[in-house]
Amino acid sequence: MNPYYNAEDLKKFGNISEYDKPLAEKFFSWYGDVFAEGALTAREKSLIALAVSHAVQCPYCIDAYSEDTMAKGCTEEQMMEAVHVAAAIRGGASLVHATQMMNKVKELTM
Amino acid sequence: MKSLLAQQHILSNTSEQMQLLEDIVEGASIPSFKEKLYMLGFSPLRASGIEIFQVNVGKMCNQTCKHCHVDAGPDRKEIMTKGTMELCLSALKNSTIGTVDLTGGAPELNPNFRWFVEECVKLGKKVIDRCNLTIIYANKKYHDLPEFFAAHRVEVVSSLPFYNADRTDRQRGEGVFDISVKALQRLNSIGYGMKGSGLVLNLVYNPTGAFLSSSQEVLAAQFRKVLVEEFGIHFNNLYAITNMPISRFLEFLLRSGNYESYMEKLVNAFNPAAVSGVMCRNTISIGWDGYLYDCDFNQMLDLKISNGNPMHVRDFNTQFLNDREIILSQHCYGCTAGAGSSCGGEVVKVA
Repeated sequence: MNPYYNAEDLKKFGNISEYDKPLAEKFFSWYGDVFAEGALTAREKSLIALAVSHAVQCPYCIDAYSEDTMAKGCTEEQMMEAVHVAAAIRGGASLVHATQMMNKVKELTM
Repeated sequence: MKSLLAQQHILSNTSEQMQLLEDIVEGASIPSFKEKLYMLGFSPLRASGIEIFQVNVGKMCNQTCKHCHVDAGPDRKEIMTKGTMELCLSALKNSTIGTVDLTGGAPELNPNFRWFVEECVKLGKKVIDRCNLTIIYANKKYHDLPEFFAAHRVEVVSSLPFYNADRTDRQRGEGVFDISVKALQRLNSIGYGMKGSGLVLNLVYNPTGAFLSSSQEVLAAQFRKVLVEEFGIHFNNLYAITNMPISRFLEFLLRSGNYESYMEKLVNAFNPAAVSGVMCRNTISIGWDGYLYDCDFNQMLDLKISNGNPMHVRDFNTQFLNDREIILSQHCYGCTAGAGSSCGGEVVKVA
């Protein structure tokens, strides 16, 4: 069995309370509140979560929020656009550092 | 696409389906539904009177949807006869049941459909028709169905699993979405789903895969927004109905390797608050051949109501049926998951 990233482990997420119950309870309670309907809809929050899942490259989160966004009535197009937003920010975050590189190059060159 | 029966598929045999549902109790961490209710003090689950008389007038359909629990399709020939409809009318005449809910197949394909609706209306019953929409355009003789429905104040309940063509057609067949849109616009044009008309048009959402429905309210808002903006379509309510792990949907679950995980999802989403509102408690389901069942799903699994012998509509006995013990199996987890699921959508409000 592959010791890393087993899909079955997602079901065991709740077991983190085994080693520290009070902190786990705080986390899950906060997590539930975060995703409740608010100024943003639960559907919008789910799409954000899907995008962030890709940005942090968490396969458990990608599985969970691919299903959650579909269940909340999102289309494949909307889901892919959300992932592109994550990718654009990640790509942009690398590229914007090019200004640093350019600054340095200009500082060093005649 | 052919029905499972026409394919001679092993799952067209109801005892094979029951065996699969039972095997998962033994083979995996899926508790028995009956035991679950017993542990929670809901056992035995009994009917709470009959408010809805749901008649499956036949398995013939112009569509062959991939999730169909009836295994309906053009190749299914089981159709309720006028004689059996007359027995249904006798049962209705002698009861205080207020609603007749017609389902199929495509109920309108039954040659006596219109006569039966008229007779039910004469008895003062409210009639619901579970219309697949495309039937309206399947043949010229069905084009005036919207006017017929309106003339008899029939409530129309129509399946529309998604608000775009891609996901709808993947479940219901190529081109179904476009025709459904046309049919919904037609129903709107004569007042269905429009404010103040009194003509009710409800939509049914089924997840288009091995996942559970999200909040009915959230989905309804999304459907309303897209259908109004893109197609000018209006409707009254959207009912979110869970796919039951039986018949063609079971075949899909097995073929796609999702069966066990889907059952786990249903079990993990078990909501004790949904138990008292499940539809079998206030519904009686009548098969095309007149036999009685607790719900359309039990009907497709051949789980007949028995009072010593399997009960037929000719022996309709309100006193016994009002308080009968419901026949349960593992598929019942489908009706108690999350906010619950019935022919009228969710059964409890989820915060």
